[in-house]
Amino acid sequence: MAFTNEQLERYSRHIILKEIGAKGQKKLLNAKVLIIGAGGLGAPAALYLAAAGVGTIGIADADVVDLSNLQRQVIHTTNDIGKRKVDSAAETMRAINPDVTVNTYYDFVSSVNIMDMIKDYDFILDGTDNFPAKFLINDACVMAKKPLSHAGIIRFKGQLTTILPGEGPCYRCIFKNPPPKDAVPTCKQAGVIGAMGGVIGSLQAMEAVKYITGVGELLSGYLLTYDALKMEFHKIKLPPRGKGCAVCSDTPTITELIDYEQAACDMKAH
Amino acid sequence: MAAITPDDKIDITDVVCPVTFVKTKVALEEMDEGQILQVHINDGEPIQNVPRSIKEEGHKVLAIDDNGDGTYELFIEKVGD
Repeated sequence: MAFTNEQLERYSRHIILKEIGAKGQKKLLNAKVLIIGAGGLGAPAALYLAAAGVGTIGIADADVVDLSNLQRQVIHTTNDIGKRKVDSAAETMRAINPDVTVNTYYDFVSSVNIMDMIKDYDFILDGTDNFPAKFLINDACVMAKKPLSHAGIIRFKGQLTTILPGEGPCYRCIFKNPPPKDAVPTCKQAGVIGAMGGVIGSLQAMEAVKYITGVGELLSGYLLTYDALKMEFHKIKLPPRGKGCAVCSDTPTITELIDYEQAACDMKAH
Repeated sequence: MAAITPDDKIDITDVVCPVTFVKTKVALEEMDEGQILQVHINDGEPIQNVPRSIKEEGHKVLAIDDNGDGTYELFIEKVGD
């Protein structure tokens, strides 16, 4: 595949980088990334991945754009209120970069649909806002051996890790099971500072770009936490993969996907 | 000076910085180690910047011939893969 003059100009700041070059940009254009959740995390991640020229971006979300989303979900605008988030996000991504093919999934992920949804993608980005989805995505990615960027944000705090199934620890190696329903507030109940999604979602996009281009060291085996009030980042080394993990050890006890129950107030199915 | 036989030629007189360097870099990436690229390049900013940037990438600038019409022929040997 040869670059057009327009592509050389669009991606010039990438191609100039010794670590990326034309080869790295071609890898990006040939890559497929699935973003689950078009919200606080997924919005900035989708914007940067589309701008970077990731050739195929899948976006999954079952919600419509609500006025209360706009404080942080920067891919949607006031005019998008009432639209499906996946459609609003797809429009913005296509407007930023016509090189990108966007696939939309207007659905919650569940044990029924997730394996089929992730199977054609090279890298999965978890931008969901609830524990049942996060455990489901982790388990599915471990079973399908798909690299995953996990992240979570609440109030003035955020965290992320990159999961390389079979190589590094998974989400369940760190957190064995979801907390009891209603034990942990969601960001709807607790609030979240808008720029937190920008910081952590952009870091997820960075991990996706690094994975695709093979540049640098991924956040596998580490949990990065960010406390905005103290302005502190901590990179915490995690124990090695699999030891006693119910899903990613060599003798897993979880071999089928689980749909954990969701706090009722947070379900808003279409 | 002995004439240099290039393996590929590009013209970057129709573009400006940084696309001048980008086009040169992309052309070199598609060549094999030891092959020679001839670049038709404008005087001024391009001839000041492109050879320097190409050297920073580790390639070898073999010659810069002045065409006398405000353009140059830049000969680069690809180093590394």
